[in-house]
Amino acid sequence: MYAQMIKSTGKGVKSLDEMDPQERAFQERIDAGGKIEPKDWMPEGYRKNLIRQIGQHAHSEIVGQLPEGNWITRAPTLERKAILLAKVQDEAGHGLYLYCAAETLGVTRDQMTRDLLSGKMKYSSIFNYPTLTWADMGAVGWLVDGAAIMNQVPLQRTSYGPYARAMVRICKEESFHQRQGYDIMMKMAKGTPAQRKMAQDALNRFWYPSLMMFGPSDKESVHSAQSMAWKIKMNTNDELRQKFVDQTVPQAEYLGLTVPDEHLKWNEEKGGYDFSEPDWEEFFDVLKGNGPCNTERLEARNKAWDNGRWVREGLLAHAAKKRIAKLAAE
Amino acid sequence: MSDPLFEYLCRMGDNTLVLGHRVSEWCGVAPVLEEDIALANTALDLIGQTQLWLGLAAEVEDAGRDADALAFRRDVWDFRNLLLVEQPNGDFGRTMMRQFLFDAWHLPYLTALMDSKDARIAAIAEKSAKEVTYHLERSTDTVIGLGDGTEESHNRMQAALDRLWPYVGEMFVGDAVDSSLQERGLAPDPASLRPGYDELVGDVFTAATLKRPEDDFAHKGGKTGARHSEHLGHMLTQMQWLQRAYPDATW
Repeated sequence: MYAQMIKSTGKGVKSLDEMDPQERAFQERIDAGGKIEPKDWMPEGYRKNLIRQIGQHAHSEIVGQLPEGNWITRAPTLERKAILLAKVQDEAGHGLYLYCAAETLGVTRDQMTRDLLSGKMKYSSIFNYPTLTWADMGAVGWLVDGAAIMNQVPLQRTSYGPYARAMVRICKEESFHQRQGYDIMMKMAKGTPAQRKMAQDALNRFWYPSLMMFGPSDKESVHSAQSMAWKIKMNTNDELRQKFVDQTVPQAEYLGLTVPDEHLKWNEEKGGYDFSEPDWEEFFDVLKGNGPCNTERLEARNKAWDNGRWVREGLLAHAAKKRIAKLAAE
Repeated sequence: MSDPLFEYLCRMGDNTLVLGHRVSEWCGVAPVLEEDIALANTALDLIGQTQLWLGLAAEVEDAGRDADALAFRRDVWDFRNLLLVEQPNGDFGRTMMRQFLFDAWHLPYLTALMDSKDARIAAIAEKSAKEVTYHLERSTDTVIGLGDGTEESHNRMQAALDRLWPYVGEMFVGDAVDSSLQERGLAPDPASLRPGYDELVGDVFTAATLKRPEDDFAHKGGKTGARHSEHLGHMLTQMQWLQRAYPDATW
């Protein structure tokens, strides 16, 4: 999941009795596990909320190419280079299906792109952290893709048809990404002292930012309550974070690495780990634009878009000439 | 001269390695999302082909090296790629012009190699040709689209063609390595591919409203390794850094 702090209507969830007949029929269909399709009637709040959520997810896939692209030209073997290229290509592909899913809600990709470039729309906080060593390619796959999968698997059952279907395809590829990340970590953790040091350092730097990916506790959030009623969010942030920690800690132990949390402890009673919260002040700083790489990431996207203008214009102009020539020939 | 077959396989593998690396430098910053995907896909194909060519080179050499040792542990003077593919990306137009000029040679060359008497070479050529068919289709469309697009895109494509044309001739200059393979029925005479190339690129330039440069002067020294451009060394500092900084590590 690459969506954080998504705003919904900001109002409490209405009961069925408070809804007009159209809205009530809509909600009952969702409650019964039905899918909403692009041509179906939907409340305006549902539509807007989904655009924000799917758009933020799509933008995250696009910006997410940058921290990994940072290592493609330095990948240490031909096979690692090929795998990383395949992964980054998948991410661009995910961006593409997600933009298409959002377009079914009446917004264009160009509009969403403009909103990303101006900073109006966000992408996941995680991509504002730097990738400093090759082990970071392992940590990103293992932890970041691992955290993403936690939320994306349930989203395959989300109420909006195009989004659910995009998620089915994305999940298959993400689980391959996570495995390749863990495979890099295995090599590093079982490697030379320098490689082990890189692996531990990567875990130290990516652990808390990965926990932040789920967003702050939303037990009390009206936005989350509405999203959950609409089944465009399937679990609370805390539930998913707990599940992620419970899954990841044994994996870190297997690698012989130490999770950087002195309060981490198995809690027999709840059947899960107790763990420290990330620094939420840092999280809000990153969302405000003050993460270590926010400026570079947006600069890189803006530069790519600006430098590509002549290409997009050239190709459009050529396509228009071809259309005219075809019409003239008919 | 070292074993001509080894030299030859390094030429094939170094072309795809160096061009694959250059194309991969575009990751995440292409003009439009579809191009990001296509560029990553092209780079991925080329790196995959490199594994096959350099893998076979290492097998033929039989000196305990593998494809990675050849890719990451040789210095500039041991690289055997064409000068064309090591040229920097420049703008998107120059990147795609370089791709087109290479693809228009690469596909017919691989097609000829499919008749090689060495079954291993023929098999790699056959697999690669399937991928390169798509590369050529795409680079052709892009050169035509941008050449015959706006005034700006046309001017940029003409500038890219003028800049890169002096690196085209090297593809067709044969030497002792080529003759040795040709005599054994392993590879074609490079010069034999020139007329077909001129026809293909001529047709595309016409459709793209681009003017073929009049001077056919050709820089040489890449495929023999005699004199690379300054650019290759910088590429290797990045590409080979981890392998050289941590020589005892496996990745």
